[in-house]
Amino acid sequence: MKNKFLIPVILAGLFTACNQKSGSESSSATDENILDSTANVGTIEIDGSSTVYPITEAVVEEFRVESPTVKVTIGVSGTGGGFKKFGRGEIAIANASRPIKPVEDSTCTAAGIEYIELPVAYDGLAIVVHKDNSWLNDITVKELKMIWEPSAQGKITKWNQVRKTWPNEEIHLLGAGTQSGTFDYFTEAIVGKAKACRGDYTASEDDNVLVQGVSTDKNAMAFFGIDYYEVNKDKLKLVPVNDENDSNGKGAIAPSQESVKNGTYQPLSRPLFIYINKKFLAQSEMKSFAKFYIDNAQKLVGEAGYIPFSSEAYTLIGQRLEKQTTGSVFLKLKTTVGVKMEDVVKME
Amino acid sequence: MINEKSQKSIRRQKALSERLQKISKSKFYLIQDEVFKYFGLFCTILGIAVLIVFLFNLFVTAGSRIDWGFLTNLPSRRAAKAGIYTAWVGTLWILVLTTIIALPIGIAAGVYLEEYNKKNRFSSLLEVNIANLAGVPSIVYGLLGLELFARFIGTGESLLTGALTLALLILPVIIVSTREALKTVPYTIREASYALGATKWQTIWNQVLPASLSGIFTGMILALSRAVGETAPLIVIGALAFVPFVPTSVFDSFTVLPIQIFNWVSRPQKEFSVNAAAAIIVLLSITFMMNGIAVYLRHRWQKKIKW
Repeated sequence: MKNKFLIPVILAGLFTACNQKSGSESSSATDENILDSTANVGTIEIDGSSTVYPITEAVVEEFRVESPTVKVTIGVSGTGGGFKKFGRGEIAIANASRPIKPVEDSTCTAAGIEYIELPVAYDGLAIVVHKDNSWLNDITVKELKMIWEPSAQGKITKWNQVRKTWPNEEIHLLGAGTQSGTFDYFTEAIVGKAKACRGDYTASEDDNVLVQGVSTDKNAMAFFGIDYYEVNKDKLKLVPVNDENDSNGKGAIAPSQESVKNGTYQPLSRPLFIYINKKFLAQSEMKSFAKFYIDNAQKLVGEAGYIPFSSEAYTLIGQRLEKQTTGSVFLKLKTTVGVKMEDVVKME
Repeated sequence: MINEKSQKSIRRQKALSERLQKISKSKFYLIQDEVFKYFGLFCTILGIAVLIVFLFNLFVTAGSRIDWGFLTNLPSRRAAKAGIYTAWVGTLWILVLTTIIALPIGIAAGVYLEEYNKKNRFSSLLEVNIANLAGVPSIVYGLLGLELFARFIGTGESLLTGALTLALLILPVIIVSTREALKTVPYTIREASYALGATKWQTIWNQVLPASLSGIFTGMILALSRAVGETAPLIVIGALAFVPFVPTSVFDSFTVLPIQIFNWVSRPQKEFSVNAAAAIIVLLSITFMMNGIAVYLRHRWQKKIKW
C-alpha cells in the first residue's frame, strides 16, 4: 500500500517547492543589486538572429573561462523575434543580422528602453551553383535583379533569357526563407526593396537544405552565408558578382575575407550587430561581458566563420560602448548596403 | 434397372462435384488466410526494417562519438568538445516536473469522469472536448503556455513553464488512458466492496485504483515518451539553444535534447551532424528505457492483482 501515500506526498512537495521558490525570489531580487556591484554573478539573457548565434556562442564560451559564475543564455528566435523580446525588456542583448527597424525602435522608446548598437562582424552572402556548372562564371547585379525581382515570377524561367550565352535550361532557385534577416538583406541589396522577391523559389530557413538542393541540381542557383559555402566547397561553385561600379573594384568579384573586408565585394556583404539594453549595463557582469565581446570579437568572429572588421573599427566600437552612446546610426543611414564600418562608427 | 443405375451415378457425380466445390472453396479460404498472414508479416517487417536501417545508420555515424565526455561536457562551438550535459539534465528535469504536475491531475480527472460523472449534456461535452484536445497540434499548447504561464502567471522562460505546458499537452492522453484502465476493473469488484459497507471513495481508493494502476502507469509513460520528443512548444515558450549551466531550480532557464539536436543539425560543419546523431541515440535510449519501464510496471502490477 505504498502508493496510498505517493500522490498526496508528491502534491505536497510540489506546492511547498513552488511557495519556497516564489518567496525566496522576491526577497532576493532586492539583494541582487547590492551583490552585483561587487562580484560577477548573475544572469545575462541573449536572444535573436541565428546568423549571429555562432559568434555570440563563441564569446560566451570564452567568457565562461574568465567568469564562470555568470550565467549567460542564448536563444535563437530570429532577428525579428529577438527585437520583440528586447522591446519588452525581457532580454539584455539582441543578436541581429540587420539594423533595428523604425517600428522596433519606437517600441523600445515607448517602453523606455535605451539601447547601444554595436556592429560586430561582416557576413558575406555567397551566390553558388552546382560544382559542374561550366557556364555560370560571373553574374552582374542587374542580372541577379532580373532573376529575383517579383515581376520575374513565371516569366524568367530559362537561363538564356538572362544572358544569351547561357543554355536553354530551366532556372531553379533556392534561398533563405522570408522570415530571416538574410532574405531581407538579399532582397534589399539586389532588388532594391527589402522582402520584394519572386515567390516561386525553394525557400528554407535551414541552409543545409539549400546546400543539399544546389549540390544535386546542375541548373540551380542559391544564396546563403559564406560560412556554409566554406564547409561545402567540394560540392559547390562560387559565382563572382559584378556590381558594375568600378570605384569599388573592377569586374566580377568573389566573396572572400579580403574582398568583404575591403568593401569590394558589393553589394552582398552586410554587417551583423548586437543591441544592448542600456539599463543592464549598470550591472558589473553585463559591463564586463559587453567589453569582453568587443575586445575578443576580432579573433572569435573569424573562428565562427565570419569576417572581422579592422582593429581600428573595433577600437571605435569599444569607445562607443564605453561612452554608452545610445540610438542607431544605421536607422539614420537607412541602409547597410555598401557601408564601410570605420566611416560609420566615426559618424557621431 | 439401367435407369436406376444411371440415376445413381448422376447422384454420385453430383455429390462429388459438390464436394469438389467445397474443397476448392475452402482451398480459396486457405490461400486467402496465407496471403493475409504474409501481408501482415510484410507490414510488421517494413516498420521494423525502417527502424533498423535508421538505428544502423545512426550507430555507424555516431556510435563512436558517445562517450563519458559527451554526456558530461557543456555545449561548445567546437564540435569535438561539445557535450549534451545541460540538454539531458534539462530533459530529465522536464520529465520529472511534468510527471509531478500531470499525473495527479490526470488521474483525478479520469477517476471523476469514469466513476462520479453522471451522463448528461455537460459530461458528454467534457468528453468530446478531452478527446479533441488530444489532437490539438503541440505548437498551439506552446502558444497557450507562453501567454498563460510565461507572461500572465509570470513564470517566465523557466523549467516550470516548460513542464506546465507539456503537462497540459499530455493531460488528455493520461485522462483517456486512466478511464480505459478503470473500465477494465470488473463491476463485481465494486459491488463486492459496496456489499462490505465500503463508501464510494474507499472502493475507488482501495480497490479500483490499485487494480488499474498498471494501465494508468503505462498510459502515463507512453504520454511522457511523447513529451520527451517535443520541440515546438518548448521553442515557443523560450527553451534556449545555448545554456552552459545546469538548472538548479524550477525557475531556471533550460534546454532539452531535441532542441540541442535541432541546433546541431542546422550547423554547416559535418562534425555537428555527427554530434546530433549521437544526441539522437541518447534521446532514443531514454525513450526506449521509458517504454521498458512501462512494460515492467504493467507486468508487475498485473501479477499483484489476485481475484
